[in-house]
Amino acid sequence: MSAISTPLSETPAVWRLPYRGTVGMACLITAESFIFTIFVVAYLHNLGKSLTGPTPEQVLETPIFYTICLLSSSLTIHLAARFLKLGRRGAFLALWLLTIVLGGLFLYGTGHEWHRLIYERGLTISTNLFGTSYYSLVGLHASHVTVGLIMLSVVLLFGLAGSFGREQSARIETLSMYWHFVDAVWVVVFTVVYVIGR
Amino acid sequence: MSSDAMAIPSGQAAGRPWVEVLHEWVTTVDHKRLGILYIVYALLFLVVGGVEAMIIRIQLMHAHSDFVSPQVFNRLFTMHGTTMIFFVAMPILFGFANYLVPLMVGARDMAFPRLNAFSFWLSAIGGFLLYFSLLGGNGLYGAGNAPDVGWWAYAPLTARAFSPGHSSDYWTVAVLVSGFGSIGTAINLIATILSQRSPGMTLGRMPLMVWLTLVMSGMVLSAIGPLSAAQIMLLIDRYLGGHFFDTQAGGSATLWMHFFWIFGHPEVYVLILPCFGIMSETIPVFSRKPIFGYPVMVGASVCIAFVSSSVWAHHMFTIGMNSYANSFFAITTLAVGVPTGIKIFNWLGTMWGGRILFRVPMLFSIAFLFQFLIAGLTGIMLGSAAFDSQLNDSYFVVAHFHYVIVGGILFAVFAAFYYWYPKMTGRMLNESIGKLHFWLFVIGFHLTFDVMHFPGLLGMPRRIYTYEPRPGWEILNFLVTIGAFIQGAAILVFVFNLIFSYFKGKKAGNDPWDAWTLEWSVSSPPPPYNFASPPMVTSRRPLWDRKHPEDPDSNYE
Repeated sequence: MSAISTPLSETPAVWRLPYRGTVGMACLITAESFIFTIFVVAYLHNLGKSLTGPTPEQVLETPIFYTICLLSSSLTIHLAARFLKLGRRGAFLALWLLTIVLGGLFLYGTGHEWHRLIYERGLTISTNLFGTSYYSLVGLHASHVTVGLIMLSVVLLFGLAGSFGREQSARIETLSMYWHFVDAVWVVVFTVVYVIGR
Repeated sequence: MSSDAMAIPSGQAAGRPWVEVLHEWVTTVDHKRLGILYIVYALLFLVVGGVEAMIIRIQLMHAHSDFVSPQVFNRLFTMHGTTMIFFVAMPILFGFANYLVPLMVGARDMAFPRLNAFSFWLSAIGGFLLYFSLLGGNGLYGAGNAPDVGWWAYAPLTARAFSPGHSSDYWTVAVLVSGFGSIGTAINLIATILSQRSPGMTLGRMPLMVWLTLVMSGMVLSAIGPLSAAQIMLLIDRYLGGHFFDTQAGGSATLWMHFFWIFGHPEVYVLILPCFGIMSETIPVFSRKPIFGYPVMVGASVCIAFVSSSVWAHHMFTIGMNSYANSFFAITTLAVGVPTGIKIFNWLGTMWGGRILFRVPMLFSIAFLFQFLIAGLTGIMLGSAAFDSQLNDSYFVVAHFHYVIVGGILFAVFAAFYYWYPKMTGRMLNESIGKLHFWLFVIGFHLTFDVMHFPGLLGMPRRIYTYEPRPGWEILNFLVTIGAFIQGAAILVFVFNLIFSYFKGKKAGNDPWDAWTLEWSVSSPPPPYNFASPPMVTSRRPLWDRKHPEDPDSNYE
């Protein structure tokens, strides 16, 4: 085989390409956005088309507190990544843990709401068209939160075990992109389900 | 370098236990091996899907034929369509992209090698699941085995009431799983192209094959996402008692149509864009001229991606959309013809004044140009809502999209095989057998798919298992079936060529075609690490620069 040794070794002065993790995550987010878009479109399309109750106006309660939890976790993960870049491990771990707690609270909020809807209001995924659309859309988002929490916890375990430092910064940025995406999706889901949908 | 240990299988691998070789292939994360796995896997399914097509054609050869039962016929066309799109066309093009993109951009592997292996095995499991339905589809109901809902599986046919048993679930899960594999590969290809290029390979210097793979991967993200979402909804309907597509509970069957075609139409472009890429590599090399209008080609490709994402409802002109929607989708559909036309003119401009070498890859490329043009013209006919109302769901439509998929995509894939087989195996495909394959296939293709337009114009609907002996129907269908057999024979010749040339073919050397892109600068097959050091690139034709240091392209760009 012939190793390439070009006669025109005109090496570009600076050859910098984007980090592959960033590009990969951006692509994953693009694909996921299309999945969510379809579910959102279905939700909007199905509004008011249920033939039987209960309707969103009757049963939904706006989860303000849990929404604040999730949205503020975007801030904590961003700060955590900043601290890691600066090499401040303690601050990083504390904020990372806080992110997980906030995400966990949000997930608890979703679970609590579902429990109330199922056992007190009698709304399940098969009750009516609203139930199908609601549990699918919110559930799809909750499953993304769950996946995010698992990944965040893995990072926390590695962090506590000590095998973690500034050199992982780019990877943490990638993971935090995903978390920001999950938060941004909640803004859309919240608007559609609790604002427009009622 | 351990070229013996890592070289392409069998022959050189003699002497090592086969379990070891198999283990190496199953656990590989090398983009070249995964590319070959994709291609071999697609070829296996091509044979399966081809046999299904043959049985369909035998059944339709005469009026009132009873070669297969109506139920089996439904399963056959469902399995044929699903197999050919998801488990032949997609993997074969992903295979070539996997193999070629890192080599073309001067990288040592894909951006995420393990994700690459994971995506391949997801696709492979998808195909396996689809065919496992033959065994497992019965469920507890004794109702049917293979899926029989058509490849677009319209609601409410897929509802529990109309598709009992598990056959539709196998279809859904197979498509969903292979879709995740496709998304993984698309992410990987984009990351490779954007992040792994060797120094000097700016976006404006990438080979067009790489550009088109980039655009195709972007479309995979935007097309497979909606498909996955729709399949998840269908699973919710079937397993959790949801009502998305259940019109009895306020759901909408039309919604499924929209969701499916939001995937379904861009999918056609997902398949054809890499083929444009193949054309943009073979035509310049065999015309001995650089590609004509490189920036316009890139622009047209990106333009196609955007426009073709807003044409999906032209598959639904007859469902009763309002006239504004019909007009919108008719206009956007016709608009796709513009960038596509630009591409065809640019290929012709490349050939114009060139010293054309009529080797087998070029023969397939030229046939592609003519056939793709005709396929595009019938596409414009069907894109007019008024005309489509007459011919929707007729054999004219079947002839049109087979013209695209066989006359366009498959011909381009054949060109790619003859062009890159030497790089992948180190041996040339036999030229005489290749010409026999080409002519047989051209004759068979035109006999089948030119003629197939006419039963459609005479009113023959698609997906019927038999028909009345109306004037003209029998002779036309008979001719179509004869053509299908000629194509089948041509495929056998092709498979024979692949195997024969693997052992007896002429040694290829590094650069049998005197080509200009980086994959030809390394040995055939390339070493596991591709490039000993990252190649420096100063123009669109790096290998030309190396062969002609006195007159490099970089002087003119």
